[in-house]
Amino acid sequence: MTENSSASAVTTNACKQCAPLGATVAFKGIEGAMPFIHGGQGCATYIRRYLISHFKEPVDVASSSFSDDTAIFGGESNLRVGLDNVARKYAPSLIGVSTTCLAETIGENLPAIMRRHLESKQGAAFPLLAPVSTPSYRGTHVDGFNAVVRAVIEQRASASDRCGGVNVLPGFVSCADLRHLKEIIGSFDIPYTLLPDYSDTLDAPTQSDYVPLADGGTTLAEIAAMAGRDATIQMSRTLAPEASGGSWLAENRGVPLHTLGLPIGIRETDRLVDLLSGLTGRDATKWLIGERGRLIDAYIDGHKYVFEKKVAIYGEEDLVAGLTSLVAEIGMTPVLCASGGASGKLAAAIRSVAPNCTPVVREGADFKAITDELRALKPDLMIGNSKGYKTARELGVPLVRAGFPIHDRIGGSRLLHLGYRGAQRLFDEIVNTLIARTQDESPVGYSYM
Amino acid sequence: MSDSKDNTQTAGSALIPLPDPSPVLKEMLDIYPPKVARKRAKHIRVNDPHDVPEVEANVRTIPGIITQRGCCYAGCKGVVIGPIKDLVQIVHGPIGCSYYAWGTRRNLANQDPSVESYMPYCFSTDLTEDEIIFGGEKKLRAAIQEAYELFHPKAIAVFSTCPVGLIGDDVHAVARQAKADLGINVFGFSCEGYKGVSQSAGHHIANNGVFKNMVGIKEPETPFTNPFRINVLGEYNIGGDAWEIERVLTRCGIEVVATFSGNALYDQIGQSHHANLNVVMCHRSINYMAEMMETKFGIPWIKVNFIGADSMSKSLRKIAQYFDDAGLSERVEAVIAEELSALKAVREDVTRRCSGKLALCYAGGSRSHHWRELFKDIEMRLVSAGYEFAHRDDYEGSRVASSIKVDADSRNIEELAVEADPERYRPRKTQEQVAVLEENGLKLATYDGMMPDMEANAIVIDDISHHEMEKMIEFYKPDIFCSGIKDKFVIEKMGVPCKQIHSYDYGGPYAGYKGAANFYRDIDTMINSSARRFLKAPWESQPELQANFAVRPEKKKG
Repeated sequence: MTENSSASAVTTNACKQCAPLGATVAFKGIEGAMPFIHGGQGCATYIRRYLISHFKEPVDVASSSFSDDTAIFGGESNLRVGLDNVARKYAPSLIGVSTTCLAETIGENLPAIMRRHLESKQGAAFPLLAPVSTPSYRGTHVDGFNAVVRAVIEQRASASDRCGGVNVLPGFVSCADLRHLKEIIGSFDIPYTLLPDYSDTLDAPTQSDYVPLADGGTTLAEIAAMAGRDATIQMSRTLAPEASGGSWLAENRGVPLHTLGLPIGIRETDRLVDLLSGLTGRDATKWLIGERGRLIDAYIDGHKYVFEKKVAIYGEEDLVAGLTSLVAEIGMTPVLCASGGASGKLAAAIRSVAPNCTPVVREGADFKAITDELRALKPDLMIGNSKGYKTARELGVPLVRAGFPIHDRIGGSRLLHLGYRGAQRLFDEIVNTLIARTQDESPVGYSYM
Repeated sequence: MSDSKDNTQTAGSALIPLPDPSPVLKEMLDIYPPKVARKRAKHIRVNDPHDVPEVEANVRTIPGIITQRGCCYAGCKGVVIGPIKDLVQIVHGPIGCSYYAWGTRRNLANQDPSVESYMPYCFSTDLTEDEIIFGGEKKLRAAIQEAYELFHPKAIAVFSTCPVGLIGDDVHAVARQAKADLGINVFGFSCEGYKGVSQSAGHHIANNGVFKNMVGIKEPETPFTNPFRINVLGEYNIGGDAWEIERVLTRCGIEVVATFSGNALYDQIGQSHHANLNVVMCHRSINYMAEMMETKFGIPWIKVNFIGADSMSKSLRKIAQYFDDAGLSERVEAVIAEELSALKAVREDVTRRCSGKLALCYAGGSRSHHWRELFKDIEMRLVSAGYEFAHRDDYEGSRVASSIKVDADSRNIEELAVEADPERYRPRKTQEQVAVLEENGLKLATYDGMMPDMEANAIVIDDISHHEMEKMIEFYKPDIFCSGIKDKFVIEKMGVPCKQIHSYDYGGPYAGYKGAANFYRDIDTMINSSARRFLKAPWESQPELQANFAVRPEKKKG
C-alpha cells in the first residue's frame, strides 16, 4: 500500500469542490434555513448551478454580491442589506452565512458584523444568524460541510436538560441515504437528531403550492437537544476532532462520541446496528435482519461474477473508505482508493475496513493522477461520481456511479449507498454492470448469463 | 429591409393586445423595502415598441435578492475564452472557480484526433492558505511549466480569480516571463470575480485579451480565395449551434474563417483578420471585438440572428445583400427554399398545437431576443422578457449607446485605444457602397435592440429576481418559461415547464433550420407533456389571484 499526495503545481481535473459548496448543502439540511454566501455573486451562482445539476431541485442561495470597492472597503454594508432582503422575502428561521476566499482574504469579521446587525434591530424579530468560516482555499467541500455542522452545534446545541436519545452526524451523503438512516434509527424507537437532514429540502415532492423554502430539515429544537443526548454517532473515519461537531459535544457538553465509518456494506452497517442495539438495549427489528439475510444471500448468488475483479474507487474520503469495505467483503480487489481530500487519514481508514487488501491509496489526487495510476493498474470497474467518466471512457472501463456530483445520470439524490439495503443496491448494480460488459463483449450473444 | 417593427402586423391583426400590467408591477414592488423598490422600479418597464422606454441596466446587483447573475471570471473564462479548444486554460485561484466552469456550459467541441483539444480538462493552481498568505506566483509559474511539458500547446491563457487580485499576484508578469522562456504565446486575464457588476465585465476583458493576444497574429498557409468569407462573432456552439450554422453557410457558399469562439481553434482566431465581414450573434458578449476589428482592420459588422427559421433566412439574405453578388443571392435563395420546405411539415404540425401559447424569456444578454424568433415561427407570443447582464443598448438599441452613463464599475474595465493598422487596414466597402447598402435598408454596425421587436405592454425586467419571476408566472400563467438551470426547478415546481436556453436542457442544436425543428419538437413535448397534467399549478387553488391578475390574451377567433 502506498500513500502519496499530488506533487503537481497544476491540478488537472480536480476530484473535489470548494468549501462553500459543502456549507450550502449542510445549511439546506436545517429546517427553514436559507444559505447565504458572503463574497462575490459568482460563488453563489456557480454553487447553485452545480448543486442543481445534481439534485435537480431549486437551490436558492443568497449572496452579498461584492464589487470592486466592497473588496477594498469591506462587505459589511452589502451583507447587512442582503440579510434584510432575505429575511423579508423568505422569512427563514435561520440564515446560514458561509464565507468565501474573497471575504476571508480581506479579513471580514462575520460574528462582529452579525452582532451589530442584530443590535440594530433593537429587539425586533429577525431570523437567527449562523456565521461559519469556509474559505475555498482551505480543504474541500467536505470540510465546508463539516464546518457548518460544527458551527451550528457550537452556536445552537444549547439544551441544559438531559433529554436522552442519540445524535447522528452522517456527513455528506445522498437524500436517499438520509431517509434510510432515519428508518434504521427509527426502528430502534429512540429519539434522535440527524444533522443535517436535506432529504426533503433537496428532494422535495411536487406540491400544488410552490414553497420558496421547502419543508423538512433538522429542526432548531432538535439541534438544541443535541447537548442533552446520551450519545453522538459520527460516521466518519477521517474527520479530525478539532473539526468535528461530535467532538465538540463530547468535550463541552459531555455527550459520549462513537465514531464509525459510513455504513456501507455488511460489516460497516453491522457496526452501526450493533451500536444502536447497545445504546438502546433493543434488538434489531425483523425487517432489518431480513434485509441483512437477503443481502448475504445475494452476495453468494453473485460472487462468481465479482470475485477477484479489480476495482478503482474515488470521491470523498469517507465514501471511498465505505465503498472499499463493501468491495473487499464481496471478494473484489480494490486496486486504487483515491480522493481529492487530504485528511491524512485515508490510508488508515482503508486499512481498518479492508485489512487484507493492498490498494494504492492517493489523497489529494486529481483525475490526472487517477488516470495515470489506472493505466497501469488496469481495473475491471470504477466506482465514483460523474467526473470519472472521462477516465472510464478513455480506459474502456465500466463506471458505477456513486456519491456526488452525478450530472450525467438522473436520480443522483436518490442513489442509496447506506445500510444493508444500500449495499444490496450497490451490489446488484456492480454485478449487473460486470455481467453487461461480459455480455456486450461476447461474440456468442448469450442472453442467459 | 428592416428587422424590427415586424411585430406590429402580428400583434395588430391576429391577437388581442396585451393588457396594461401596471397593477401587478406595483404589487410586485410592494414587498421590497422602499429604497430597494425604488431601485428595482428603474429596471422594470412596460414596453412601447414605437417609443422604447429607458431601462436601467448593467448596474450593481442588490445583495440578497437571489440574482441569476454570475461573476466577471464566468464571463471571461466561462463564456468567451472557454470554448477555444486548443488553448490550455489555467485558472489561478482556489479550486471551486475552475471546477464549476468545467464542462458546465455545453459549448461543444468536436474531438478531431488530428487537433489538440483541451476541452475535457480543467486546470487550476488550486491555491491553498499558504499561497494566499505568501503569494501564488511561484505556483503559477510551475503550473504553466507543467502544463507546457504535458501538452506542448500552441498557447496558454491564465485567469485570475478573486483572491489573486487581492494578494497582488502579477499574472501578466508571470505570463510574459513564461512566454519568453517557453517560446509559446502565454497571456493572462485580470478577470477577478468581483470586477464589474456581472459576467458582462468579463466579456469585455476577454474581448480585449483576445484582440491583443490572438487576433491577427497568424497568416494562413494558403491564402483565402473565397470572397464571401466571414467571422461569426458571439456564437459559442451550445448544443452544436455553430455546426448547424456553418452547415447552412457552407451550402450557400459562404466560408467561416473563425467562430468566436464555439469549437474555435487558436489559429482560426489568429487569422480572423482576413474575413470580409463580421456577423454578430451575441451582441452583448462580443460587440467590443466587432468594433475593434472594424477600426483596426476595416472589417464591417452586421447584427444577425441564426435562431429561428425565418430569422435564419433573413440573416442569410442580409449577408448576401452585403456581398452584393447575384450568384451568391441566388444560392442563398435556393438554400432557403430547400431548407424551409424540409422544415414545413414539422413546423405546421407543431404550430397547430402551440399557436397562441405564451412564452417568457429571461436569459443572458442577447438570447431572449433571439428566442423570440423561434417562438414566432410557431405562432407563440413572447409576452415578457429580460436579460441578466445586458446593457441599455441590448434593450433599446445602438442609438442609445453613446448616451449610456459610464459608472465607477464600468470605468474600471479597460477600454483599448485601437487605431487603424498601418499595413493591414483595408476597408471592405467604399463609402459610396456603404451609403447604397444603408439606403437599401442594410444597417451596418448597428443593433436595434430587443424592445422594438416586442409587443406593446410586454413587461421587460432587467436582472430579474426570484420574487419578480414568481410574480410574472402568477400574472401570465405562461405555457413555457425560458431561463437557465438556476431557476428552472423553481419554475417547474410552480407547474410551468422551463426550457433552459443557456444549456438547452442537454439538447440542441437549436440554431438554423435543423435546430429550429429540434426546438419546435422539444417545446411541443414540454408544453403538451402528459406528465404535466398531474401537476396542479399554484393559482389553481388561489382563485383570488385568478381574479386579480388573470390576463390571458387569447388568439381572436376567425
